[in-house]
Amino acid sequence: MGDEKVAIEISKELVDKVAEKIEGTSIATVEEYIELLLENEFPEETEYTAEEEELIRERLRRLGYIE
Amino acid sequence: MPRPHGGKLINKLTRAALIDKRIEEAKELPKVDVSTELRIDLENIAVGLYSPLKGPLTKNDFDAVVDKGRLSNDVPWTIPILLDVSEKDSEKFKEGDSITISSNSENFAIIKVEEKYGWDKETYCQNVYKTNDAEHPGVQKTANMNPVLVGGELELFNETPGVFPQYRLKPEETRFLFKEKGWRTVAGFQTRNAPHIGHEYVQKTALSFVDGLFINPLIGKKKVGDFTDIVILESYEALIKNYFLKNAAILVTLEMEMRYAGPKEAIHHAIVRKNYGCSHFIVGRDHAGVGSYYGPFEAQEIFEDYPDLGIAPIFFRNFFHCNKCGGPQNDKICPHGEEDRVNYKGRVMRQLLSEGKYPDDTQMRPEVTEAILKHKQPFVE
Repeated sequence: MGDEKVAIEISKELVDKVAEKIEGTSIATVEEYIELLLENEFPEETEYTAEEEELIRERLRRLGYIE
Repeated sequence: MPRPHGGKLINKLTRAALIDKRIEEAKELPKVDVSTELRIDLENIAVGLYSPLKGPLTKNDFDAVVDKGRLSNDVPWTIPILLDVSEKDSEKFKEGDSITISSNSENFAIIKVEEKYGWDKETYCQNVYKTNDAEHPGVQKTANMNPVLVGGELELFNETPGVFPQYRLKPEETRFLFKEKGWRTVAGFQTRNAPHIGHEYVQKTALSFVDGLFINPLIGKKKVGDFTDIVILESYEALIKNYFLKNAAILVTLEMEMRYAGPKEAIHHAIVRKNYGCSHFIVGRDHAGVGSYYGPFEAQEIFEDYPDLGIAPIFFRNFFHCNKCGGPQNDKICPHGEEDRVNYKGRVMRQLLSEGKYPDDTQMRPEVTEAILKHKQPFVE
């Protein structure tokens, strides 16, 4: 995802609940947690080079996973 | 599709152009020979299944995983992946050296040694397996492990084809495949069994709210009386062919040792499926358990401690055939009593199959039974 950030307002009560939930985890901030949830909803596509893509496609085809 | 665990899919395979060079270099380095199981773990690191690990754990990460079920940067990780060596072997190299890793005398990887360190097996077993009982298979295995651990980054130049190469895919390939199929959400299902109706019911329940089902049998060491790997694969092929919509489910093997670490292993299994690209992971009753070391739903409850796991668990409780409902049910939806419920008993089905008999249609699909009975010896002897 891009680096540009915007501010979104959500209820303080919700923020406090999230802060409590992520305490002691790998997520340092409430923003990070919300981004993680949203990233799963709007995932970033894995990038493959044309060569990688052709090799993978060929193997998957050979094994019968794609036609 | 979730991002790989830790943010990036790790690839520690030597590039094709450098393989011959690495083979020659490896001949000149101090050598450590490891078990087939450990070789597979190291391969799993190299292809990214254990992302974000880049090699066997260093001390900081080891301590953090054992103490709090997380790597030192707090990323969830519950099963330590360790390279254990004897005192004698550890004297052959020092920190900063590169060593060759071989298995059955075949060189396959080079590790740049970052650290050598000792470990307290008792604390390790207590925290990972929740027991020090010598009867627990994980405790038994730990007791036989070497006293020195080696941490460092891995490069793997000699990859095994796998027991069933036609079913073995790397995470970069499954991720590509999911995308090709247009699956945004995928439920991972782990198994070590031929499917009965209860399994199918769980899979289809999950499939009714995700785009695809990723059936992922664990291939590797098994107990006497377990279904053989080939029987599991062929019985699943029969189930998928006859009872799933085209393009709804795929079958891919995972070569990985069972640790029987119950809840801790359930998290590990979920992480591996996240790296494959699954958005969901099905966790049943007593997942990865053995004996009575763990509570029946402990492997589900542990997910509460990992809100940052990045893969959603799907929990199933007890499932059974209900005579009154006339089909598979579970205890959250079926109002009838024990007298109407017939549990799916793998042990009973295996007994019937071992006598060449067909389990009842309410227990196992006939096509699945046929695929099993096609084999003269469907069980591990």
